[in-house]
Amino acid sequence: MSTIHLQLPLTDEAVQSLRAGDLVTLSGEIYTGRDAAHKRLITLLDEGKPLPIEIAGQTIYYVGPAPASPGHATGSAGPTTSYRMDSYTPRLLQLGLKGMIGKGMRSEAVRAAMQKYGAVYFGAVGGAAALIARSIIRSEVVAYEDLGPEAIHRFTIRNFPVIVLMDAHGGNLYEEGPRLYKQEIL
Amino acid sequence: MREISVALLSEKIEQLFLTANYEIGQDIEQAICRAIETEESETGRNVLAQIRENYEIARQERVAICQDTGMAVLFIEIGQDVHFIGGDFTAAVNEGVRKAYKNGYLRKSVVSDPLFDRKNTGDNTPAVIHASIVPGDQVHILVTAKGFGSENMSAVKMLVPADGEKGVLDFIVETAKKAGPNPCPPMVIGVGIGGTMEQAALLAKRMTARPAGTSHPDSLYAELEKKALAAINALGIGPAGIGGRTTALCVNIASAPTHIAGMPVAINICCHAARHAEGTI
Repeated sequence: MSTIHLQLPLTDEAVQSLRAGDLVTLSGEIYTGRDAAHKRLITLLDEGKPLPIEIAGQTIYYVGPAPASPGHATGSAGPTTSYRMDSYTPRLLQLGLKGMIGKGMRSEAVRAAMQKYGAVYFGAVGGAAALIARSIIRSEVVAYEDLGPEAIHRFTIRNFPVIVLMDAHGGNLYEEGPRLYKQEIL
Repeated sequence: MREISVALLSEKIEQLFLTANYEIGQDIEQAICRAIETEESETGRNVLAQIRENYEIARQERVAICQDTGMAVLFIEIGQDVHFIGGDFTAAVNEGVRKAYKNGYLRKSVVSDPLFDRKNTGDNTPAVIHASIVPGDQVHILVTAKGFGSENMSAVKMLVPADGEKGVLDFIVETAKKAGPNPCPPMVIGVGIGGTMEQAALLAKRMTARPAGTSHPDSLYAELEKKALAAINALGIGPAGIGGRTTALCVNIASAPTHIAGMPVAINICCHAARHAEGTI
């Protein structure tokens, strides 16, 4: 299977063209964000206040990186489990979030919002964190430094390897993939 | 009576956590290599190859295998003829954890309060310490760096005697199925059967560090381990949950005497980066 190379930010055209199971490499800029940062973003929205980052058109990577050792842009930086962000995600998709990188299932509400607003959920290999860190060439904290590993970072990535887990048309690799290998033995 | 300085204990614990976080155990790496040979799914093999390459990078560059360097869980067996000197035992254990996570560029993932004030303690302490007294004058330390993507998929169920083997098997398989892609399969599955609720959970945790490829000493339980592993690998979840035959690397069961009215079962799920290290003072 050939790999699709995409430059970020994601265009609507790119979002619509991707299908669950596509192998993709991403290059450009992404934001990191996980539990605590999402909670703060949504609290700001509830209060009608501006966000510290622009969400429209962007891609968020669910990750809390390990600290960088000398000579590295970041420490190990694999995906965290995405469902913990599900209760916050539809609001961000409504604001124009185009891409998410993580691992694991998403809720029906997230999948519906992905189709409604046009967004893609990419998977990186959980636990392959030292390998993934090699495609992160720059990292800076842009908000919530006090959260430590949960701060929002801006990563510059080059050929960051992902697979499309869920697409903007309802495709879901977590259903389609395992179905091919399921055996009835019990 | 043998005197052991708590400073020595701290130092040993620091080293063990660095080893655990940088160097995957040979048993796990071999299990992944075998799975690369047997996995039928091409994307699954690709995921397994990335996992193997990641172990190699972490070992060579001495960086964390996974960014979730976990909560520090220690099983410490203290010989009853040992006398710790030079300070507080628990403080010394935490000092070892603190140094490893600070000096080793490991992520600090512990918050001080679970519900209201989720403030990061900044040094990955406190550790979860399970200490027991054993005969002799040595101290055996097993450290595990327990990530929470998999910990969150764990489960405890108070089965009753009538549920029998099928009840246990169904619960193990159902827990793995519900976990799906979330805990970073292929998983290591620790199971504790018997005792009380908390003893079952403790046994399950301990079993996540039993080497892949070993069996329960009792053939009936060893058979149950095999059946559970086969059933889980028939689910089709596969590496990273995107389809394949390799969903779990092993199912490790420990059993303990229990009450006439009960059969507690705890399942502790661990990811393929099942990080642990042990040593003796």
